[in-house]
This record gives sequence, structure tokens and C-alpha cells, in this order.
Amino acid sequence: MAKLIELKGISKSYDGEKVIDSMNLYIRDGEFITLLGPSGCGKTTTLRIIGGFEMADEGSLYFDGTEISDVPAYKRHINTVFQKYALFPHLNVYENIAFPLRLKKTSEEDIKRRVTDMLKMVALSGFENKSVSTLSGGQQQRVAIARALISHPKVLLLDEPLGALDLKLRKDMQNELKTIQQAIGITFVYVTHDQEEALSMSDTVVVMADGEIQQIGTPTDIYNEPKNAFVADFIGESNIIDGVMLEDKRVRFSSHTFECVDGGYDKNEQVDVVVRPEDVDVVAPEAGMLTGKVTSVTFKGVHYEIIVDIKGFKWMIQSTDYVEPEATIGLFIEPEAIHVMKKSKYSGKFGDYSSFSDELDQLSDVDTAEEF
Amino acid sequence: MKKYASRIYVCLIFAILYIPILTLILFSFNNTESTANFTGFSFEWYIKLFSDESAFLALRNTLILAVSSAVISTVIGTAAAEGIYRMKSKWLKGAINSVTNIPMMNPDIVTGVSFMLFFAAVVALLGIEDYDSIGFWAMLIAHTTFCLPYVILSVLPRINELGESLTEAALDLGCTPAQAFFKVKLPNIMPGVLSGMVMAFTLSLDDFVISYFVSPSNFQTLPLLIYSMTKKTVKPDMYALSTIIIVSVFTLLIISNLKSARKSAPDRRRKAGKVK
Repeated sequence: MAKLIELKGISKSYDGEKVIDSMNLYIRDGEFITLLGPSGCGKTTTLRIIGGFEMADEGSLYFDGTEISDVPAYKRHINTVFQKYALFPHLNVYENIAFPLRLKKTSEEDIKRRVTDMLKMVALSGFENKSVSTLSGGQQQRVAIARALISHPKVLLLDEPLGALDLKLRKDMQNELKTIQQAIGITFVYVTHDQEEALSMSDTVVVMADGEIQQIGTPTDIYNEPKNAFVADFIGESNIIDGVMLEDKRVRFSSHTFECVDGGYDKNEQVDVVVRPEDVDVVAPEAGMLTGKVTSVTFKGVHYEIIVDIKGFKWMIQSTDYVEPEATIGLFIEPEAIHVMKKSKYSGKFGDYSSFSDELDQLSDVDTAEEF
Repeated sequence: MKKYASRIYVCLIFAILYIPILTLILFSFNNTESTANFTGFSFEWYIKLFSDESAFLALRNTLILAVSSAVISTVIGTAAAEGIYRMKSKWLKGAINSVTNIPMMNPDIVTGVSFMLFFAAVVALLGIEDYDSIGFWAMLIAHTTFCLPYVILSVLPRINELGESLTEAALDLGCTPAQAFFKVKLPNIMPGVLSGMVMAFTLSLDDFVISYFVSPSNFQTLPLLIYSMTKKTVKPDMYALSTIIIVSVFTLLIISNLKSARKSAPDRRRKAGKVK
């Protein structure tokens, strides 16, 4: 797939504060790419720069091989679905969707045919004459998508479009968006802070934090091979432990030496080790590689969420088997379940469950008790 | 008891507000010149009014002036509000806002006198022999100027409330910035623009103080004419004229209120629906 959009060394500051720091990214034709990160990570600003609503302070932006850094929004073949839909309240559903076509002086029959087709695609046939203010959030969303797609843009930008919808509707719309994207085959650039949404919809996920790209990859890559502690923690649950790489395929952490599948590190290099909660098996204490005391157990439906204290570090484990709180259990970790990462500026900030759930409540209870 | 007191209070206020006006309307239909006794119903004063050329001329002048100054100040005021909205510097925004508000805060008499001095200076500087030849334009400039802040005051909150999202959506869909303004922003701030225009129209219609200082001898407005008549005795044909003005302003008010009530009605229904 050819590169459709390319960002080269893009930087942007607001009031002297850097929101995006020399960012490089290319987006391929026809892919569903998601910019994922916590609020304030620069993902929306990146999208606004691509859309032409913000101009980058430095760097250049290419579209289909030509530089468009200074091309205003209305001349770009890129349309946007805005966070709050931004439908035109003075026009009805039909006229909202027909709006871009009317600008281009399309013939009336052509408009009618295309709007009708578009309404069918977003499952809103029969809503032509409704006022947009009488529609529900999900329906407004579909109108916004239809309006953005009707002029056949090459790229659709979506700025947290499902943020205002409730959970059930959100899941439906996720599937629908993916279906629409595959049906029309154009590039979708999606911005979200919801990691589950990002993983389930995207071809490519770009994880961002502090105005920088942390990792680019397919959803499975991002989940299974996180590059640093930030990515590991942001995507799913992770136990992130300080470790030492003794040699290739041998890592030591929590006073135990483990077999692993990673290599290419210096001898005795300090590393971060990620173990996903679902990859840990609970076994009898004597059979375990590590042993620890259970501090809390929470029922989550499909599994129990167990917090285990291992030498002062709290692990989270997801298991379908119930264990007693206060019990001592053994943990068994397979080599494939261990993922080793280089140290980064995010090391030590994430992946410890000491301040988690019940214990946090107890701690704050003590605090309030002392105050009175 | 409390309920009665509040009702009496309201009635009293309305009585004080409207009895003089009703009296005036009543006496405009009197068949004699008496202002003390209503001696019988007639259209005499209306007939007299319609045959009085000077009153008609004044009415025509007033309407021409009110309509043109309302339209001009609405166009300039809306553009100014959009300009103020787009200003990036907060300091400059505040400064421009206060400057535009000065004509509103300023006592009319000060505005009037300063306009008089200004136009006198213009006449002197340009060597115009006869003030009457620029008189209408002077009146138009003066009226547009004092209407302007009211238009801005009525449009700016609408623009602020609307925000940038719709304009961005329009640009995104291919509008040039001008198209985005006229096709999307303007229709959505229209209620503010219209109420600004109505306000400008009524302000210009009943302005006396500023017109008094600026008006040339060949362009008299109704308030000026009525004032000049009070120097002699007021004839009931002036009651008739006032009645016509009151009725037309009242009608204008009712129409604009009905329109806004009808517009907000579906909104209210929708909100009520959402609650449940």
C-alpha cells in the first residue's frame, strides 16, 4: 500500500508548551489507523494538523506525494467527523448530507441519488426531512459520517466520534465503522483514548504520550510486544517488574531466573519485564516459580482479579479459579508470557498494583479517619 | 394576602405605564380639541393628520432614516462582532469592546453635541456652503453610529455561543471561509442579527436628542416635529400620529416575539422528551 499521508518532523506548541514534538508518521492508502493515547498526548492536535485546522510550527505534511502544509482545510481531500458531530442545526438531515454536493453545484438528481444511497449505508433511510436536533446521539453520528463521506474524500478523520455514546451503542458503531471503512476502502484516521476500541478496529495503532509517538504497530504487536512501560500499561493490564537480562533468553526478576524468548540485550542490562495478568498460572506454593500472599480477590465475571504481594511488589493475576484472600499461592510463568523491554523514561511509573482497588479504599479510609 | 398585594402591585405598575398611552389613544379619537372631556368619537384628527403635509414628510423621513440606519448598522455591527470574535489578543478584544460600548454609555446629549461639532468641522474643512446638502448623510452617520453598539451587543453573544465547530465543519466540507460564514454561521446567528436590527430600528425611530443637534433644516424627523409643535399647543392630530406609531411599534414587537416563541417551542419539546 502506498503512503497517502506523511508527517515529517511536525512540531506544534501552544503558549510555549510543546504539544507535538518532531513527529514522523506515514499513513498508507486504505488503512484504518488509530492514534491512541491519554488526553493531552497530542493526538487530537495531530488530527487537526492533518485536517488543516491547525498549522504546524515546524515540519511538513505530504498528501499523495505533494506538500500540503500550507493548503487550507477546504482545499484538502480530507473530511472529518467531529467529536460533537457539528451538524448544521439550520438544515435537515437531507440538506446536511447534501451540503458538500451543493457547494460543488452537483445536479439535483445526482444529489438525490447519492444522498439516498448514503442514508441507506448508514441505516437512516426515511430520516431525510427530520431536523438534526431531534435525532439521538447515534443517529447524529451517522449523519455526520454520511456528510463526511458523500464527497468521496480520500481520507476520513474521526475525532473520538464515539465518545458521547453509551457502551452498547458504541460497540455497535465500532463494528459499523469498520464495515463502512472496508466497504468503501478509504483511509480512516481515528483518534481515541479507548484502547479496546483501538485494538478492535484498527489495522495500525499509533500509541502517543507527551506529544511523542511511543509505538506504531498492528494491534497484536502493540499488545504482545509493547516497546516500553507506558505502552504496556496503557494497552491492557500489565505487571511491569524491574529485571536484569543475564544473557539471551534468560532474565532475572523477583529473585528468580526465568527462561524467556527475548534476546539482543547487553549482558546484565537493566530491563523492564512485562507479564500480562492472564498469562500467569496459579499453582501450589511448592510448584511455583514465585510465591506470594493474596491480598485481594475481586470477581469480574469471566475471571477473578487477584492481587498478590510478591516481595513487596503487587502483581495482578487474572484466573478463573478462586483463591482465598490471605492464602499463599505459587505462580507459574511460561517463557512466552515474559516480555522484556528496554528501560525508558516511563520505567518505574507504571505496572505496580500496590495502590489498587480495595487497598486504595482502605488507605483513604485511614486518611479520613485520622483527619477527624 | 401576599398574593393579593403582589397582584395589586403589578396592576399598579401596568396602570402607571399604560394609562397615559391609553388616554392618548382615546383622545386621538375625540371630536373636539378638548383634552379634558371626551365629547364624542370621530376620525377627525386622523383625517387632519393625513392632510397635513409636514407631518407626513416627517414620518417619511423618520422611516427612511430608521430603515437605512438599521440596515447599515446591522451589516457593520455583525461584521464587527465577527471581527471581535476572531481577535486573538484578549487585551485588544477587551479594548475594542469597551470602545464600541462608549456611544451606548455616553449620555445622548454629549453624543449629540459632539456630532454637531464634528459635522460643523467637516463642513468647515471641506468648504461646504450649505449644511443642508449633507444633512441627511450626517443624520444617517449619527444614527448608524449610536445603533452600532446595540447590534454588536446582540450579535456577539450568539457568535460566542455558536463557537468554532460549525465553521470548521463547513471549511472541512469544502466551503471557502466566506461561504462558511454566509451558508453556516449567518443562518445560525440570525436571531441575534434580527433582534439587533429591530433594536436599531426602534432606537433610530424615537431618537430625539442626537437628531436635535445634527438635523439640518430640510430634514425633520417625527420626534423633532412633535417637539417643535409642543412649543405651541399640541393639537390632537399629534395624538393621532402618536397612536399610529404606538400601534406599529407594538405590532412589530408582537410579530418578533411570536416568531421567537414559535422557534423555541420545538426545542422545549425536545428537552422535555430527553428528561424522561
